Amino acid sequence: MKDILSQLNPAFDHRNRLGIMSVLAVNDWVDYNTLKELLNLTDGNLASHLKPLEAQEYIEYRKQFVGRRPQTTYAATEKGKIAFKAHLDALEAMLKIGREIED
Amino acid sequence: MSDTRQQLEHLAEMRSLMERSTRFLSLSGLSGVWAGFCALAGVFVLYQYLGIRPFGFEYGELYFNKAVQTIKWGLDYRSVFLIIAVLVLAAALAGGVFFTTRKARSRGERVWDASSKRLLWAMAVPLLTGGIFGLALLYRGYISFLAPVTLIFYGLALVNGSKYTLRDVENLGMLEIALGLTGVFFPGFGLDLWAIGFGFLHIFYGTRMYWKYDKPT
Repeated sequence: MKDILSQLNPAFDHRNRLGIMSVLAVNDWVDYNTLKELLNLTDGNLASHLKPLEAQEYIEYRKQFVGRRPQTTYAATEKGKIAFKAHLDALEAMLKIGREIED
Repeated sequence: MSDTRQQLEHLAEMRSLMERSTRFLSLSGLSGVWAGFCALAGVFVLYQYLGIRPFGFEYGELYFNKAVQTIKWGLDYRSVFLIIAVLVLAAALAGGVFFTTRKARSRGERVWDASSKRLLWAMAVPLLTGGIFGLALLYRGYISFLAPVTLIFYGLALVNGSKYTLRDVENLGMLEIALGLTGVFFPGFGLDLWAIGFGFLHIFYGTRMYWKYDKPT
């Protein structure tokens, strides 16, 4: 059990960060406002969760202009996708053991 | 194991986020029901114009042979086919937009977002191809293939689009394709199959989707 817990990635130790990774895992590029609406977060809140993921190089962003308005879009990096998958595998293993203990 | 329960909640939320961010889920079942009635109304008018009965093929009434001989209401068959097609399409689309916008609003979601754009684009290519193909058939006078071809291309559009919306749409698409292919082999039933595919199947699937996803709880 301890072994598995150590495989859980601390970078994903928050539901909003898991949420961001979930959306980016199944979409190519997602703009800031769409993320905000999907996760139901405020500007500051979303930014504070994006930052650590950027620092780990799990996500990348690009800025572009749509008409006159700047738009930031985000994508999961290859590194981020691998880390996210490993985290999900660890979660799965943990839940399986949890169920066995309950049984 | 409260930790387990919390993780399970996270997993459920992640699943929902993945769904909502890729699929357009505000598609209303009522759109389908409405489209079905529009199609049936269109076919009804066409039966009247041609002076035939549903499944009249069995009594030797081939609708496309009748069509080329018919001039009624001061219109030849090409004009009637086109007018009915345009009116049915416009009415079905208008209703579809109306019901879907209403559903999106009640869910607090935007109608015009990345997922709806993706859905429309996925459907647009097969639909436009089929539409132009159909116009060419009409122009060249191959009207016995018109009904099956529209069914087939519409079905392909649904199967393609189903990746980006409610899954039920895929089954509907497969059935439309099957009806269309049947119609190519049995052209005499083309119009009747068209009525089943665009009319009754829409109503059936629309109702089912309405009860499954839209019904106010």
